[in-house]
Amino acid sequence: MSADHHPEAIKKQVSLYWKVFGALTIGTIITVAIANVHLGILLGIAVALVVALVKGSLVAGYFMHLFHEVKWIYGVLLLTAVFFVVLIALVMWTTADQQGRHSGTFAVPQRHVEPHHATEAAEAH
Amino acid sequence: MSADIVIPYNDTDRPDTGLYNAKLGVWLFLASEVMLFGALFSTYILLRVGAVKWEHGADILNIPLATLNTMVLIGSSVTMVLSWAALKAKNFPRYRLCMGLTFLAGIGFLIIKTIEYKAKFEHGLSPATSTFMAIYFTMTGLHALHVIGGMIVNGYLLGPGAKMWHTEPRRFTNRIEVAGLYWHFVDLVWIFLFPTLYLLPGKGM
Amino acid sequence: MSAHTHDHEHHHAHEPGFVRKYIFSTDHKWIGIQYGVTALAFLFFGFCLVMLMRWQLAYPGKAFPIAFINHLLGEARMPGGVMAPEFYNQLGAMHGTIMVFLGVVPLAVGAFGNYLVPLQVGAQDMAFPKLNMSSYWVYFVGGVVMLGAFFVPGGAAQSGWTSYAPLSNITVPGGAEFLSRILTGQTMWLLGMVFLITSSLLGSVNIIVTIVQLRAKGLTWMRLPFFIWAQLVTSFLLVLAFPPLEAAGVMQLMDRLFGSSFFLPSGLVISGKELAVSGGGSALLWQHLFWFLAHPEVYVLILPALGIVGEVIANNTRKPLWGYKSLVYAAIFLGFMSFVVWAHHMFLTGMGTTINAFFQTTTMIISVPSIVILTALILSLWGGSIRFTVPMLFALAFLPMFGIGGLTGLPLGLATSDIHLHDTYYVIGHFHYVVAPGTLFALFAGIYFWFPKASGRKLNETLGKIHFWVSLIAINGVFMPMFIQGMAGVSRRLYDGGTTYLHAQDVLMLNKVMSHSAWLLGAAQLVFIVNFFWSIWAGKKAENDNPWEATTLEWATPTPPPHGNFTQIPEVYRGPYEYSVPGAKRDFTPQHLPQEV
Repeated sequence: MSADHHPEAIKKQVSLYWKVFGALTIGTIITVAIANVHLGILLGIAVALVVALVKGSLVAGYFMHLFHEVKWIYGVLLLTAVFFVVLIALVMWTTADQQGRHSGTFAVPQRHVEPHHATEAAEAH
Repeated sequence: MSADIVIPYNDTDRPDTGLYNAKLGVWLFLASEVMLFGALFSTYILLRVGAVKWEHGADILNIPLATLNTMVLIGSSVTMVLSWAALKAKNFPRYRLCMGLTFLAGIGFLIIKTIEYKAKFEHGLSPATSTFMAIYFTMTGLHALHVIGGMIVNGYLLGPGAKMWHTEPRRFTNRIEVAGLYWHFVDLVWIFLFPTLYLLPGKGM
Repeated sequence: MSAHTHDHEHHHAHEPGFVRKYIFSTDHKWIGIQYGVTALAFLFFGFCLVMLMRWQLAYPGKAFPIAFINHLLGEARMPGGVMAPEFYNQLGAMHGTIMVFLGVVPLAVGAFGNYLVPLQVGAQDMAFPKLNMSSYWVYFVGGVVMLGAFFVPGGAAQSGWTSYAPLSNITVPGGAEFLSRILTGQTMWLLGMVFLITSSLLGSVNIIVTIVQLRAKGLTWMRLPFFIWAQLVTSFLLVLAFPPLEAAGVMQLMDRLFGSSFFLPSGLVISGKELAVSGGGSALLWQHLFWFLAHPEVYVLILPALGIVGEVIANNTRKPLWGYKSLVYAAIFLGFMSFVVWAHHMFLTGMGTTINAFFQTTTMIISVPSIVILTALILSLWGGSIRFTVPMLFALAFLPMFGIGGLTGLPLGLATSDIHLHDTYYVIGHFHYVVAPGTLFALFAGIYFWFPKASGRKLNETLGKIHFWVSLIAINGVFMPMFIQGMAGVSRRLYDGGTTYLHAQDVLMLNKVMSHSAWLLGAAQLVFIVNFFWSIWAGKKAENDNPWEATTLEWATPTPPPHGNFTQIPEVYRGPYEYSVPGAKRDFTPQHLPQEV
C-alpha cells in the first residue's frame, strides 16, 4: 500500500470496490441457489466451499488489500494457514484412525455408550 | 504516556518491513482469530462426521433472513472500505457518512440476528437440543460478539476518536484501515458460516 | 499480590500521578515489575497448595499438624484436620493451573518479556503501551477469578489442570438457577482461562510488533540477543496455539451453562442414571483442543528460560555463545514442530497405530532441536573463564536439570513405553524436571541477573548461594523419587499416595522423602523472599550502570532506566556477545559502541 494516492487512483479504487460488491452479491445468490438444487452430500459441500472460498478471497484480496501486501503479512498468514490445516487435518486423521480401528469404516455411527471410553476418561484424572 | 516518548512507525511505514505498527499488530490478532474459528470449524467437522443424525440447516433455520444478513454484512464491508478511501481523498464528511452507514449496518445485522434467535427459542430450539444447534448457537453467538466488538471500535472512531483527524490525519487514516481489516475479517467469517450452518445438507434425518 | 502498590504509597506527589505511575502505568518496565511480583506471589501460593497436598501423601489420613491452617481452611475442606478428598483434587487442579498459567508464563513472558524486550532492542517502550497495560490487568482479573473459585459452593475446579471432559463437564454442575451454575469451580476456571488467554494474546502481539518494528538502527536479525529470539518464537506460539483452547473453553462453558453436549457422548451414565442431555459430543475433542495449546505451552515455558540462560552464560563465561545461529534456527524449528506433536499425550485414548507412529516420530524429531540448544549452551562453557556468580549457578544447574527433564520425556514420547508410564508419577517427575529445576531455575537466574538493573542494587550473594544450594538439593529430593514410584506403577492422582495398592508398597516410603524435601524447598524460598525485599532497600548498590560488564543494550541505560529508557536512542554496531575480542582493551565490547574503547 503506497502511503499517498492520487485522486484518480482513489476513484479507480472506489469503482473497484463496487465491482467487488457486485461479485459478492452474485456469489451469495449462487450459494443460496445451489443449496436448493440437490447435489448430494459430498458435491453439495464441495460446491458450497468453493463458492465461499471465492467470496472469501475477494474480501481478503481487495477489501483487506491482500493482493498487494508486504512479505511480513504473507509470512504471518502462511504460518497461520499451515497451523490451521494442522489443527483440522490432524484432528480428523486421528479420529478417522481411531474410529476405523473400532469398526473398520470411517463413517461409523457416533460412539454410543462405549463403557471403556468413559472409564478411560475418568482414569485420566 | 508522557510527551517525550514517541513510538516510531505509528503513522509511517518502517522502511525495511514496509509496515506501520498497528497493521502488523492487527494481522497477528487476526491470525489468532483464524485459529479460534478454526477450532470451531474443526469441531463442526469432527462432530458431524461422528454423528448418526445431522440436521439440514435449511429445515430449521431461516434462510431468507440469513441471506439478508449476508448482504447487510457485505454491504457494510463496502462502506467500511469506502470510508477509508474517503480519508485517503481527504474527504472527511464522506468518511463520516460511510462510517455511519457501516455502524448502522452493524445494528441492522444484530437486529436481524435477534429476530432469528427469538424465533428459535420460541420453537423450543436451544443449544441443548442437539449438537447441530449447539454449534449453531456457539458459532453465530461468538460471531455476533465480534460484530459488537467491531461496532464499539467503529463507534469510537465515528465519535470521540474522530478528533484525531484534525491533529494526526495520517495516523487516523491508519486506524480506519486497521479497524477495517478487523471488520472485513468478521465479514469473511460470516461468508463461511453462512453456507456451513444454513445450507449444507444434513444426514440421517 | 498487590504488595507493589503498597510499597510506593509515599510517592503521591510525583508527576504522572500515583495511579498512572504505579497502578495503570503504561511504562513497560513498571508493567514488567507488576507482572513479576504478581507472578512470584502466585508461584508461591501454588507451591503452598502442593506443600499441603504433600502432607496428605506422606501421612494419609492423619490430621494436619498446624491447627491455625486447619482452622483457616475450615471443617468442610479439612474435616477434623484431615484433608477431604474433594479438597485434595481441588489443590491438585489449582496447583497445575496456577503454576503454569498464573505463575511461570506471566513471569517468563509477562515480566521478563515486558521488561527486557524494549530494552534489548533499543526501543523507548513497547509498540502499544496502553494495550500492554490492559494485558496486565486482564491477567490480574483472570487471577482473581481463578482464586475466587476457592470460595464458591463446592470449591475450586477439581478435574485436574487438563480439565478433561466429560468429568469436568459434570463435576459440581450447580443448580437450576443460572447464577448458581456460574458460581461453580469449573465454570470459574473456564472464565478465568478466557481472561488469561486474552491477556496472553494481547501481550504476545505486542512483543512481536515491538521486536519486528522497533529494533534500533543497526540491530539486524542476526545481531539480536538470543533472549529476543526466544521471546519472538514464544509469542508466535501463544498467538497461534492459545485460541483453540479459548474455543474449547467457550464450548465447555456452553455445556455447563446452556446444557449443550459438545463434550458429552450419547448415553453417558452417571451413578446408574443416564445423563439427560442430547449427547453426540466427543470427549476426545476436548483433549485435542487442550493439547493443541498445551504442548506448545511446554515450549512457551522453556524457550524464555533458554533465552535467559543464554544471556547469563555468555556474560559469565566471558565468551560468545557457541553456535549462535544454530541456537536461533533450532529455536524456530522447535516452535514450528511443537504444533505437530500434541497427540503423544493421547496414546492411551485408543488411537490407531498409524497415527501413533506419526506422533511418536514427530516427538522424536522435536527432541533434536532441544538437544542442539542444550549442546550449544554446554559447549559455550568450554574454555571460558567462568564467574561463579549466583545467576550463573542457577544457569549452570539448569543445564543438567533440563537435560534430565528432556531425556526422561523420550520414553513417554514412544507409544509402547508410554503404555506403562502414562499417568504415573514418572510423568509428574518428567515435566517437573523441565519446569521446576529447569524453567524456574532459569527464571531465578534472570531475577538475580537483572535485579541490579531494575532496582540499582544487587541481591545478597550469600543469601543467594544458600537459596541456590538448598533449592538444588531439595528439588531433586522432590522429583527424583517420582521416577522410581512411576516405574513401579504408582498413579499420579491417588489421594492416599498409593497406600491401598499392593504394587506401591515397596516405594511408599519415598512419599515421606519427597514431602520433606518439598517443605525444605519451601523454606529455601523464604530465604529468597527475605533477600528480595531486603535488597530492594538495603542491598549493595550496583557499582555502575553495567555491573556485570555485559554487552547487550539494556546495560546502556541509566539505572534504573527512566521512562523512555535511553538517554539517547542507541545505534547498534555489532553482534550481541562480543566478549573477549582478541586485541580489545576490555573483555567485553557493548553493542552500542562504534569502536573499541
